[in-house]
Amino acid sequence: MKEQISGAEALMRSLLHEGVDILFGYPGGAIMPVYDALYDYRKELNHILVRHEQGAVHAAQGYARVSGKVGCAIVTSGPGATNTITGIADAMIDSTPMVVICGQVGTAMLGTDAFQEVDVVGITQPISKWSYQIRRAEDIAWAVSRAFYIARSGRPGPVVLDFAKNAQTEIFEYESKKVDFIRSYEPVPKMEQTAVEKAAKMINDSVTPFVLVGQGVELGDAREELRALLEKAQIPAGCTMLGLSALPSDHPLNMGMLGMHGNLGPNVMTNQCDLLIAVGMRFDDRVTGNLKTYAKQAKIIHFDIDPSEINKNVKVDLAVLGNCKETLAAVTELVDKTTHQHWIDSFKPYEEKEFNKVINKALNPTEGPLLMGEVVRKVSEAANNEAVLVTDVGQNQLFGCRYFKFSKGRSVVTSGGCGTMGFGLPAAIGATFGAPERTVCMFCGDGGLQMTIQELGTIMEQQAPVKIILLNNNYLGNVRQWQAMFFNHRYSFTPMTNPDYELIAKAYGIPVQTVVNREELDEAVRKMLATPGPYLLQCAVLEEDNVLPMTPPGANVDEMLLEVNS
Amino acid sequence: MAEQHNDCKSCGKCTSYEQEEGKTLYTMLIYSENTPGLLSQITAVFTRRQVNIESLNVCASSTPGVHKYTITCYCDEDMAQMLTKQIEKKIDVIQANYYTEDEVFILETSLVKISTPMMLENRDVSRIVRIHGAHIVEVNPTYATVEKTGITSDILSLYNSLNELGVVLQFVRSGRICITKSRVEHLDEFLNEREIRRAENCNTGISE
Repeated sequence: MKEQISGAEALMRSLLHEGVDILFGYPGGAIMPVYDALYDYRKELNHILVRHEQGAVHAAQGYARVSGKVGCAIVTSGPGATNTITGIADAMIDSTPMVVICGQVGTAMLGTDAFQEVDVVGITQPISKWSYQIRRAEDIAWAVSRAFYIARSGRPGPVVLDFAKNAQTEIFEYESKKVDFIRSYEPVPKMEQTAVEKAAKMINDSVTPFVLVGQGVELGDAREELRALLEKAQIPAGCTMLGLSALPSDHPLNMGMLGMHGNLGPNVMTNQCDLLIAVGMRFDDRVTGNLKTYAKQAKIIHFDIDPSEINKNVKVDLAVLGNCKETLAAVTELVDKTTHQHWIDSFKPYEEKEFNKVINKALNPTEGPLLMGEVVRKVSEAANNEAVLVTDVGQNQLFGCRYFKFSKGRSVVTSGGCGTMGFGLPAAIGATFGAPERTVCMFCGDGGLQMTIQELGTIMEQQAPVKIILLNNNYLGNVRQWQAMFFNHRYSFTPMTNPDYELIAKAYGIPVQTVVNREELDEAVRKMLATPGPYLLQCAVLEEDNVLPMTPPGANVDEMLLEVNS
Repeated sequence: MAEQHNDCKSCGKCTSYEQEEGKTLYTMLIYSENTPGLLSQITAVFTRRQVNIESLNVCASSTPGVHKYTITCYCDEDMAQMLTKQIEKKIDVIQANYYTEDEVFILETSLVKISTPMMLENRDVSRIVRIHGAHIVEVNPTYATVEKTGITSDILSLYNSLNELGVVLQFVRSGRICITKSRVEHLDEFLNEREIRRAENCNTGISE
């Protein structure tokens, strides 16, 4: 079927062909023909008008993370495009499938420093999975399909399409295309049976095996396969921050979170196990601490879909390449049904030590101001531990990830590798569209909220049911904590004078409540969750609270501080 | 054969490779689709890992539509492996492999422009050209052009010897080109495999 249509309309058809039904965007000069075409496709393509282009990419990320589908953002050229850079870099390091479509000046004006012309492909090539300039209408169907194929296949990531204006207006004969093969690109390496057999043997020979669960388990939709392996061989596991909901929090083999502010047991045991089994994770420095002492006593198996992750930070004894949904299942078949009760029990003393020294104090304080930890746990439990956790970056994120509990997959939306402040609010908007049937709880600090606070406008317009929990301590809390611990308490530009957030919420028509006293917290949380639509719950929390335990930067993974040395 | 001039910093002109301690000269052979913008993506991988590119050559390969990059750099093997994996990860890169000096046949070419009056004055000049197996490809009253093709050390030996006599006006060396000594053509094998996969895919959808 061939017919004459404009490039802009061809984009609409191509997006529909890829199953897109929602776009997060902001119009502007060089993308106007596309927005004009979009006007006729409003029914099929739900366009969410954000208040800043950074909001569009983060919303697309939030949408992708909870739904598993490709998020799509659409912006204009020049500043519109450069405002998406942070989100593109964030999606790249956190393997989030996203397609960003930017307007671009006409090809005749390329390279002439035309109005709102920026070398978008040049800027985004190093931070995207693929970046391509569409210069002719004939390329649209191919480029869009290729973009979505690349974004969603293999290790997912962001793709940028730089769409020249002349290609948007050109009238041409449109024919839909479907790209599902690129000869130079092998999204999923072939599983090798010998590697599977070796892995099974190493696991069977191991007395004290330990599994590191990464986001790859979620991306590969391999939660069941992971559980099957853990349960059959009775292997304890720790989760990375992005992998937290890949294994239910209360699963008896889930020993907690890995990393700098993770749990004591899994971090200490990393340096005591005889076999470390990493699944879909990338040995980030926030997980490993000092590489020179990291798991040196252990043999290491790395399950990953991306060959370039193997031996990048940590040298491994065996790589099992492929989609972990397939490789985990294959290994599970070959492992012996066994118990490691003694080994599993050996985590308990660390759990108790952390509970007594840190967790109990954070969750069950009896006096003093509200604590971030108790607020997080209250919200999690009030939502039956079934909500989606979205966080900003900083102490809110670390407390959020430590004390929120998960029973369902795809429940953590946080900026892990990039650590993007301002990520939370727009990502939460995207999450409400990606998982409309679920409760979305967004924790943020007073610093991060103000970085993308304009998206309250989007929330108002869409009535997006984001439950915003503002943990207000009048500080850039995480930096302040580091200043306290490593910079002699010199609070260089971390105290912050705040606006009246109640007035701000009211201006946007968002129901708001501020909690200062502990006795009011339960009722306030209940009310927030019972109120349909968006809600802002401001909690006045202890100003100088610290996230503990902590592995200081560069320290050994098993050297966690349980208290701040004075 | 003339002795190689090793102390490059003393003359300020010599362009010899400066070998870093504990590092090996690797030659990377990279094959990609002929798509624009790939070169900068490939070189960016070296920049990010703080590895200097010693020489670079890009041209069409013997396989239609496939471009070949020949890049040399000093690094250790872990880095060579990491660089090639990160390069291969680029969507339009077909293959990237690294080789040591004994795994490839290497050639470079060079041109030296020398002063004719000085060449006529000093008989050592033509003697050096001769013993290096170089050719004088052009002579006029002002200058002569010497061409030398070979391995890097021979080319640098010629240049350094001529330079010591003070006759060099200009010197240029091409990037290294090489072919592998392996009896297996990995690129062809890979592409054949991919064509089989494409055929399988065609049953389910349209492929690129």
